[in-house]
Amino acid sequence: MKFLGFIIVCLTGALLLYGTGEFPGWGDPHSPASIHLSNDYIEKAVEQTQVPNLVTAVLADYRGFDTMFETAVVFCAGLACFLLLRDFKEKKERFYRHTPTGVILHVKDSKKVLKTGKEFEHMDKDWVPSDLIIKTICRILIPFIQIYALYVVAHGDFSPGGGFQGGVIFGSSLILLAISYDLKVLVKRVKEKILGIFAAIGVLIYVGIAAICMPMGGNFLDYSKLAPLVPGDPHHIRALGMLGVEIGVGIAVTAVMVIIYINIVSEGRHEEGL
Amino acid sequence: MDNYPALIVITPLLAALLAGIAAWTEERLSYPIALIGLAVSMFAAFKVLMQVITSGTINYRMAGWAPPMGIEYTIDLLNAMVLLIVASIAFFNLIASYKSVEQETSDRAGSFYAIYLLFVTGLLGVTATGDLFNLYVLIEITSLTSYTMVALGDRDRGPLASLNYIFIGVIGASFYLLGVGYLYLKTGSLNMVDVANILSGLHGSSTILVAFILCMLGIWIKMALFPMHVWLPNAYSYSPVAFARIVAPLMTKVMVYVMIRLMITVFGLDYIFETLNLSEAVVWLATFAIIAGAVMALAQKNLKKMLAYIIVCEIGYMVGGAWMGNQLGMTGAILHILNDALMTFALFLAVGSMVYKLKRVDFIDLKGLFGKMPWTMAGFVLAAFSIIGVPPTCGFFSKWYLILGAFEAGAYHFAAALVISSLICAVLFFKVFEICFFEPMPEGHGHEDSSSHVAIEEAPLSMLIVSGLVSISLVVAGLYSGTIVNTIILPFLQ
Amino acid sequence: MTDLLTLIVAKYNYWLYVILMMIGLYAMIAKNNLIKKLVGMNIFQTAIILFYVSIGYKRDATIPIIQNAHGGNDTHAAVIHAVDYINPLPHVLMLTAIVVSVATFGVAMALAVRVYQRYQTLEEDELRMRLVDIGPEK
Repeated sequence: MKFLGFIIVCLTGALLLYGTGEFPGWGDPHSPASIHLSNDYIEKAVEQTQVPNLVTAVLADYRGFDTMFETAVVFCAGLACFLLLRDFKEKKERFYRHTPTGVILHVKDSKKVLKTGKEFEHMDKDWVPSDLIIKTICRILIPFIQIYALYVVAHGDFSPGGGFQGGVIFGSSLILLAISYDLKVLVKRVKEKILGIFAAIGVLIYVGIAAICMPMGGNFLDYSKLAPLVPGDPHHIRALGMLGVEIGVGIAVTAVMVIIYINIVSEGRHEEGL
Repeated sequence: MDNYPALIVITPLLAALLAGIAAWTEERLSYPIALIGLAVSMFAAFKVLMQVITSGTINYRMAGWAPPMGIEYTIDLLNAMVLLIVASIAFFNLIASYKSVEQETSDRAGSFYAIYLLFVTGLLGVTATGDLFNLYVLIEITSLTSYTMVALGDRDRGPLASLNYIFIGVIGASFYLLGVGYLYLKTGSLNMVDVANILSGLHGSSTILVAFILCMLGIWIKMALFPMHVWLPNAYSYSPVAFARIVAPLMTKVMVYVMIRLMITVFGLDYIFETLNLSEAVVWLATFAIIAGAVMALAQKNLKKMLAYIIVCEIGYMVGGAWMGNQLGMTGAILHILNDALMTFALFLAVGSMVYKLKRVDFIDLKGLFGKMPWTMAGFVLAAFSIIGVPPTCGFFSKWYLILGAFEAGAYHFAAALVISSLICAVLFFKVFEICFFEPMPEGHGHEDSSSHVAIEEAPLSMLIVSGLVSISLVVAGLYSGTIVNTIILPFLQ
Repeated sequence: MTDLLTLIVAKYNYWLYVILMMIGLYAMIAKNNLIKKLVGMNIFQTAIILFYVSIGYKRDATIPIIQNAHGGNDTHAAVIHAVDYINPLPHVLMLTAIVVSVATFGVAMALAVRVYQRYQTLEEDELRMRLVDIGPEK
């Protein structure tokens, strides 16, 4: 297998390199790729969409249809992780630790649930002694990370950023919560049901904004037709439409990030894990 | 004010999202939502087909941007036909599947329907789009959903089969993406028509040749052309019945459509058959695919696996026909997309009903089935005749065109392979009929434990009705194949 | 020899992407461990991203965010020269491709967890033996 693999790899590599023979030089400003469409985008996009960040303009407007399905791919990944891994069976036995004394209780009856808090805490195979420094620092950091995530979403029109990036940052702030405390803390604060619904709602915001354009007399995704619905300068309606869409993307990505994380680390049981 | 082209793709997506929400709030709503979404989509597809037949190609600009800056849907006779096939098979399969979804994935049916709808969205989008990169994104949606589904069916082997499917699928999709990259580097555009216009001046370029090879390899991997078929039999036999019934007729056929679209619209038949002159090599490959598929089908002991290898063989027919380099072959290939979708759907409907009642479909489990499930078996027999190519079922007519095309191109080996594989199919199906009809029902049916003694009876009514409709459509499509060729395929090819 | 060398130096970005991609492909074909294969898959997809992004590069050009267009009303005042900004389209396409590869990777990881739950191993040869153990297919 290894030898066969090596031959296949060499052949494919040779084929790919053969194709590069006629490529224009790297960074050549006159190559077809840098002229044909690219110049149109660079010269017209600001005038047509009022968005200085061309990547956002192309992503959410000219090729917004791609991006909608990209968000659907993210939603699909979340659904897939849920369907593949989620295991609703409750664990039979649990361990609790009495915090003041350090005594460990082994509860064999699955119906008996101890209230955790000041006196008892959960114990599982990933349990580590609680670390005051880590917890405090993360607690201070998380709100800042979240503010930054919101900034990245909201400022996507003007600077590098957008829904995907902001969503990932927001999701990682929640994952940080799970890492620094434990998974239960996250699952208790952010319910699975909420995550599932938000993942769908995020994409729904995108498709909804795009679909409203149709009864308003435009084609699908044609934000300019939304002007009568939104107060403010009709010039900026495309930028506003993109912002709305990016917010939807951000919500969906955040939810899906957390769904994937929770399901993979706990093997679908949402009880123990990192 | 004509948004039907967008509606075809958007309604299943919207329905998928609503079903995803309903899965968490009110699970029993997700089935009607899915049904309504697909019904609207089917209606829109029908309207679009009628419009294309009467008034020609429809161009629909997403977001109102003119191509090549924006993404455009270009719907001509070929995709309008494939869109209608995909939408209606998805809809009828959903009607037939309610019971088996309940049986197989009872506790998370809402999410199951959401994935199902996303898969259909992907297939419809792949068919409708006129943009090379948009095609890639939608292919990934169909792949991601089918990876998930394969793992959901068989608990023991599913996840591993699905993981291997991912490795192969990612290589296929990445090759296609690279091919698009090479094209983009040379042309600077992603819109199919625009790329084709620029390409007509670049026929000698080695980059374009590599781009063409990469795109074709990627699509062949996704359509499971022999020898890149290894993922297909597992994927079809491990996934849940409701999903196997839609992935088997549609996935490969839509990929064949993509291949034909790339050949005709993007690269151009002149480039492929005159500049490159690749016809003969690929027709030989298709011949091997047909023979290999048929021989491997002979070795199977499980009905689902056997049908999966017959599909490998059918892919060979379509690829060979499309690469024959003449109009008859191409007509046969396009007609076979329609016919094969219907035939495979009919076969898998029958198999689905059997799995619903028997749980497993090794040949030994099928004994005496004619007496117990006569209507299901009637549908199965008709579909089998169509696969073998008995007139007046539709399978005969597309094979006829393919053989005529092969004679015109002088590819006698292809014609011979077609006839031999039809004979092998006949042998295979008559073997199944013999088991089902003549061998007696074993005492106390059940595999190991007789405690699970269930009286086997006819499948649920919803499955039977759909099965009946599809069986009728097999004969109707056969009788009207002249009309289909004259109103849809020939005008498209000219 | 010098010809080849100049050819490589002039287009070293494309040579790098091909090498990177082939490392990934080799890992996917030849490695025995499923996680290593997944890592190979990620390298494979990243190489494509490198390829596309290097298509978009232009000499003496900056990132595709138009300068002095933040003011709102003055947007039309500034003249935009296409040579000053790199091509935004490959970046857009790669944002999509990155998201797709992340989604695929997530699903693949979930599947790997499922395989491990069932068979307690991720080595392919051991998995093959286990599959023989559980008997013929259903």
